[in-house]
Amino acid sequence: MTTPTMAELATKGESPEVLFWVGCAGSFDDRAKRVTKAFVKILNATQTKFAVLGTEETCTGDPARRAGNEFLFQMQAMNNIQVLNGYGVKKIVTACPHCFNTLKNEYPELGGNYEVIHHSTFLQQLINDGKIKLNGGGTFKGKKITYHDSCYLGRANNIYEAPREVLQSLDADLVEMKRCRTTGLCCGAGGAQMFKEPEKGKKDINVSRSEEALATGASTIAVACPFCMTMMTDGVKNKEKEAEVKVKDLAELIAESI
Amino acid sequence: MAILQQILFIITLGAAGYFIRKRVLRIRDNIRLGKKNDIIDRKNERLNNMLLVAFGQKKMFKRPIPAILHFFIYIGFLVINLEVLEFVIDGMFGTHRIFAPYLGRVYNVAMNVFEFLAMAVLIACVSFLIRRNILKVPRFWSVEMTSWPRLDATLILCTEIILMIAILTMNASDQILQTRTDHYISTGALFFSSNVTSTLQNLNTSTLIILERFCWWFHIIGILGFTIYITYSKHLHIFMAFPNTYYAKLEAKGHINNMPVVTNEVKSMLGLAPAPSAPAEPGRFGAKDINDLSWNNLLAAYSCTECGRCTSECPANLTGKKLSPRKIMMDTRDRMEEIGRSLEKGGQGLNDGKTLLNDYITKEEINACTSCNACVEACPVMINPLEIILELRRYVAMEESGSPASWNSMFQNIETSFAPWKFSPSDRFNWAKD
Repeated sequence: MTTPTMAELATKGESPEVLFWVGCAGSFDDRAKRVTKAFVKILNATQTKFAVLGTEETCTGDPARRAGNEFLFQMQAMNNIQVLNGYGVKKIVTACPHCFNTLKNEYPELGGNYEVIHHSTFLQQLINDGKIKLNGGGTFKGKKITYHDSCYLGRANNIYEAPREVLQSLDADLVEMKRCRTTGLCCGAGGAQMFKEPEKGKKDINVSRSEEALATGASTIAVACPFCMTMMTDGVKNKEKEAEVKVKDLAELIAESI
Repeated sequence: MAILQQILFIITLGAAGYFIRKRVLRIRDNIRLGKKNDIIDRKNERLNNMLLVAFGQKKMFKRPIPAILHFFIYIGFLVINLEVLEFVIDGMFGTHRIFAPYLGRVYNVAMNVFEFLAMAVLIACVSFLIRRNILKVPRFWSVEMTSWPRLDATLILCTEIILMIAILTMNASDQILQTRTDHYISTGALFFSSNVTSTLQNLNTSTLIILERFCWWFHIIGILGFTIYITYSKHLHIFMAFPNTYYAKLEAKGHINNMPVVTNEVKSMLGLAPAPSAPAEPGRFGAKDINDLSWNNLLAAYSCTECGRCTSECPANLTGKKLSPRKIMMDTRDRMEEIGRSLEKGGQGLNDGKTLLNDYITKEEINACTSCNACVEACPVMINPLEIILELRRYVAMEESGSPASWNSMFQNIETSFAPWKFSPSDRFNWAKD
């Protein structure tokens, strides 16, 4: 696995086609780190000219903004924009829908204008361009997979089909939950909920959503967001189904099939 | 007799006009309590939204059964009100069915269309009453649907039913009178009301005239009275849905409105812009009361008809938390009306010691939002409860430092370690090495 940094490329006078924005979860959360590595494996295998910011990357500010701390958000955003513009970044790919949304929709007003794509769209393009060759038969051929829509990808940015097309390329049996696409139920982590305990209620949102996913009878729950990953994994554990049902990111499913 | 009716009619019309105007101005002033926010961009897209979503009811059709029933009432409202034009002219000039001689055969077709629509409205309203009060569809019975919102809905439906019955009875008696006196000009056979004429045949002519006049007056006074009532009711959506869809957010739903005041301060802190020579009075960060919200958020509150599609899709509400996006909109409107009433009486208005946050909407509610946009997606008239929730959160975080303790730690982590969790920033790239 080779992971060049922007700083290394800059010293050689080079610049990558695309910057891979790893995000805080992808950098620090053990489960999400495996997704990060799976995505790098794909980038390596497809000979994509990419780089990461490494230790120069910092939080986009998404949870601060959604929790109401606009000062902190803008401090983070301005600092990140200075770094990104300093390297002359044009195109960014990220595996986190929250980073994706903030970079794409909220940085332009503050002076950061980039082409930002989520890794689901990026993977779909690699598949369509024939750059990803899935091995014969496929690990997931005929297996039941259900896809959990991330709010920040789906409703927030109208990306519903790219992740599904990626899954279809696995020849898997894609089954939908009752609430999907525009009516998909949140995993419970958005809007900075990831960083606090839920308010008092009848049930935790992630348990509710995991029940819906388990009801499809799928053996794999595909996600495209590190927060959804945590919430759905915990929900499946809560239902004591972690032995039969796996929660996996799109990048992992593809990386396992090449 | 005829001239007396004309005078009475003009007085009625004038009185209704007076009260309607008073309410319209009150509502306008209430909306103007909100912050200025020029929405003058992308006019074509806005017009398109208004045509598709408000006029074309596009988003209603996500739930087909109520959509079809609602469509009957909507079309009925649009078309039958054409007949009100004739009512007004007849009322002022003492004529009867003034358009009939000019339109001839077309008039008969038009009246039949009105009758079909009146029947459709009747059936739809009865179905809606059953859905609300007998089948008790859950979203009409949640916590925020206290006695007034429930009564409001029932009153609206019953009024529409009575108005439709009045118009059909009027047509039935009119058709018999057409065979008896010259004043009643022939309309040709009318499909539904002609079926009830046999039950009215035995009445003598003067009784029939009284019945016809009663129904006519009942219908027109009913419509005028209903219009005044609407300004106090959730039914105001029939007008407000149009401007609300026009002024609705066009950016991706994930986008959160920027705060330029903060941008200026952050830029000068980072040395990216010169510090403002005289520190400008930044006002309040976020929203504590309705005057801190944008005027278009307030307009949205007047557009809400409390259908509860937002709340029925809200993950927090579905799992038993106190947050309900519908309640956010209802509270915003109630607070506006409260301030409006106080100002009207020369009272203290905004300075009455109450605020939208705390007295209406609690922190527990706003903290439960996952910003998933399910409510925004669900709303048939493009209301955005999320914007209000976020402004309230901004006030709590920036003016009160009153966010939940774990959010305050998260803020601290971002400030010191540049990640929401407490990890050393120098370890950020370690994943590539393990």
